[in-house]
Amino acid sequence: MTTATTPDVWIYVEHLRGAVAPHTYELLGKGRELAAALGGRLIAVLPGHGSRPLAGTLGAADAVVLVEDERLASFSAEAHGAVLAALAAGGMPHLLLCGATSAGIDLAAHLAGALGAPMVVNARALAVDGGTVIATSQLCGGKLLCELEVAPGTIVTALAGAFPADAGMSTREPQVETAEAPEALRQIRTAVTRLLEPSAGDVDITRAGVLVAVGRGIQRKENLPLAEELATLLGGAVCASRPVIDQGWLPLSRQVGKSGLAVKPGLYLALGISGASEHVEGMKDAALIVAVNSDPQAPIFEVAHYGVVGDLFEVVPPLIEALKGRRAQAA
Amino acid sequence: MASLTADAWQRAFNACIQCGMCGGSCPLGHAMDYLPRKIIHLAREGLVEPVLRSTTPWLCVSCYTCAARCPGGLPITDVLFPALRDAALAAGVQPPAEVKKALDNTYRYGNPFGEGPRKRLEWTKGAGVPVPVMAQVKRPVEVLWIVECYPAYHPRNQRQAQAMARILHALGVDFAIPGPEERCIGDCERLTGERGLFESLVEYTAGLLERYEFGEIVTGDPHALNTLRRIYPELGHRPRVSHYVEFLARRLDALRPRLCRAVTARVTYHDNCTLGRACGVYEEPRALLRAIPGLTLVEMPFARESALCCGGGGGGMWLDTIIWQTAGERLADRRIAHALAVGAEILAVSCPFETSRFEDALKSTGNEGRMVVRDILELLDEAMGHGSEVPS
Amino acid sequence: MKIAVLLTMVPDLVDELEIDAAGTALETQWLRYVLSESDDHALEQALVLKDRYGADVTALALDHGDVDQTLFTALAKGAQEAVKIGPLPRPDPGRREAAAIFAGVLAAWSPDLILAGVQAINDCDGHLPGLLGGLLTLPSIGVTRSVDIAASGTVTVLKEYPGGLAAEMTVALPAVIGVLSAPQPPRYVPVARIREVTKSRTLASAPTPAVSGPPAPTIRRLFKPEPSGRAKMLTGTPDQAAAELVSILENRGVLR
Repeated sequence: MTTATTPDVWIYVEHLRGAVAPHTYELLGKGRELAAALGGRLIAVLPGHGSRPLAGTLGAADAVVLVEDERLASFSAEAHGAVLAALAAGGMPHLLLCGATSAGIDLAAHLAGALGAPMVVNARALAVDGGTVIATSQLCGGKLLCELEVAPGTIVTALAGAFPADAGMSTREPQVETAEAPEALRQIRTAVTRLLEPSAGDVDITRAGVLVAVGRGIQRKENLPLAEELATLLGGAVCASRPVIDQGWLPLSRQVGKSGLAVKPGLYLALGISGASEHVEGMKDAALIVAVNSDPQAPIFEVAHYGVVGDLFEVVPPLIEALKGRRAQAA
Repeated sequence: MASLTADAWQRAFNACIQCGMCGGSCPLGHAMDYLPRKIIHLAREGLVEPVLRSTTPWLCVSCYTCAARCPGGLPITDVLFPALRDAALAAGVQPPAEVKKALDNTYRYGNPFGEGPRKRLEWTKGAGVPVPVMAQVKRPVEVLWIVECYPAYHPRNQRQAQAMARILHALGVDFAIPGPEERCIGDCERLTGERGLFESLVEYTAGLLERYEFGEIVTGDPHALNTLRRIYPELGHRPRVSHYVEFLARRLDALRPRLCRAVTARVTYHDNCTLGRACGVYEEPRALLRAIPGLTLVEMPFARESALCCGGGGGGMWLDTIIWQTAGERLADRRIAHALAVGAEILAVSCPFETSRFEDALKSTGNEGRMVVRDILELLDEAMGHGSEVPS
Repeated sequence: MKIAVLLTMVPDLVDELEIDAAGTALETQWLRYVLSESDDHALEQALVLKDRYGADVTALALDHGDVDQTLFTALAKGAQEAVKIGPLPRPDPGRREAAAIFAGVLAAWSPDLILAGVQAINDCDGHLPGLLGGLLTLPSIGVTRSVDIAASGTVTVLKEYPGGLAAEMTVALPAVIGVLSAPQPPRYVPVARIREVTKSRTLASAPTPAVSGPPAPTIRRLFKPEPSGRAKMLTGTPDQAAAELVSILENRGVLR
């Protein structure tokens, strides 16, 4: 077991290709609130290589602990875990927050095993109740929620989108402390050889985080670019129900439903899809379902979380404009 | 089950005269790399391996046309294709994804949808009449109603089950359903060549039938009828079983006075493959339709023995993608053209697979609104004044 | 090469989940268990390596749920051995305890490669592959979509990041890999084969080693989220609906 815990909250700063993962700011915002309630400091831990410029974006933290080494340039649970383990040897924080992301879950679980630290995964809410941190974790694909007490010294992963990112954005220049790269990095047996971009070939809709799905309501192949544009703005891909595929407007690899693929994206935006049970079977597990359909009785509204009754050709253009406007504002 | 072994295959197909009637009659023969005649020839020579690796085994939808027309009466549908698929699976060939999922689900949950057994009763809530469950009635019943998977779980087919419950209730039939204890009878699994799965389903259902006391079995699914009537006896089980068209046609005298509301429409009846070619039931559905006041029954050019398949049997419900990719068409799309050609306003069916297949076909061929698809049960129910309004 | 595949049984979501009277655990009376989806992929990944390189594949599982059926299926699919670990100190241990039990069994057996599904739907106090890596002081990489044997004593994996991006990584063996998906869908094995294996083979058994570790977190309450029911309809003009939708997407963290 690790040494005694401090009242601090640590945030593991995830970064990829020279940019901090957006989710990290969500954690910083929540961490700010928790650290205040616990009477501790909020520390952002940043292992990397040439990553000092990233520290400047982490002003929401009281301090950034920067650990630089060429073996820390890319993520591996082994290398980044060694950094956190070495820091934790000087006192485990009350809470170490990681994203429930590809890097975050690897790191958190490996570290929890190595340190013998308790762990709580997939938190979508965190609060302090009389000095005890209470996490609400999502289980069974969101069918269950579990409220649990988080012991001091616990490593917690939090779901993306659980907390607002705004609260973790700050223009303040944070205090940056540099720590030595740990000895353990000499024994690292994991190496990242390269990053592979998604293949230029066809999209794998089962891996997309956002899907814009089109049905019979899209009417003609010439209308598909509208859906493509929306998907691009949302960082997702276009998929379709069977009638669209049957027409040959999109390849079979884009078909969702009984005779196509089952998908579980973070957002499923169904445009002009009535929601036959054969289609619903393939998309009902999406985290957020939004449907646009001109028929208020369309069964898709039974499974959707949000619905707009209307012609998709009237609803999608203003949506595209609103997203573009938002992007222009951010830039 | 013996009829799928290599031995039986040999015995069955030594008599083949290589006339080619099978391939010539096959509605999807144009898409097959190997027609049945050639497969039988290759099998005799021990050269069947390439057939297993081709798409051919997965293009049969068990319409029984080849078997019905074969001059030697060879069991091409019941034995050749299941044996091919069984051999393909045993050789490690991966079935099409949809088939795989349906088989996995049936093995695990007893239905191809992967729904929980307890949800088998869900449809009864909308029936409007009591639907007794065997485990609760605890006494012999006149009729054990095998509901089967599609009527129990598929939202479109649930309406057919609900109509049947109302009709049986109105006729005062003493019936009960197995409910959560029911598992798939396995006709499609058998024809898909999943020998082990079919065996385990038969073991289960035969055990269930032994425990229950009932006069006869009635089912709304012609595929269940096919296996219970034609295959179970080969396996040593002899349940008395009727499709609802047979059961109700026998009670037409009691039924007729209750058909008080006119269904004024031009109606054509689609002979489904298992009830028709496999079990030879052609008159009863027509008798039921003719009993409905106001209804005009017209025949399609391809009716009875020469009816074109909807494409859903023998695993066809899970083969849509591969058939679409290989053949470039769906049989249901072709079939509704026959019905539209005779000016039918209602396409009447007696199989749960067909309602959604033909409704889909109407949509995908741009004929939505020109015709509606109704199960005979729904038409009877409507004529009995139960007002089962089915939105088109 | 010796490959260990760890199989975890998780609640089957096909049936409605029910919560016990105390409100802190699942009601087990109707609960059925099913192999965790990513473990099915881990098994497939192992079998792909077996087909390609002749690796020895052993499937291991803790003795709870319908585990016999799962292990026989693994044998029918091509695993050489199947090991059932038990009896367990309590049914359905948490992931933390499961990791410690697996670690105890694996330490004595020292496979070259340990494969497990990267996460399971009922993970609450950890994820198995990462925990195991930490406990056994082995490198661990999770969220992989392919694992291949590279030079002797190393494997190359593709670790998946959002947006279809992947990191190609190499790791010296022994190592633990948390599989998200195998390079091909889990194979179908005919039921006749499973039935035959169930009759002709037996499952090896391993006793549960004594384990220690931090206590499981205290559960205050287990509950179902409010049922969403029918969609909440966004009304107004298309412009208003679009604006409201954008703000919903922002709040749900969908927009970056």
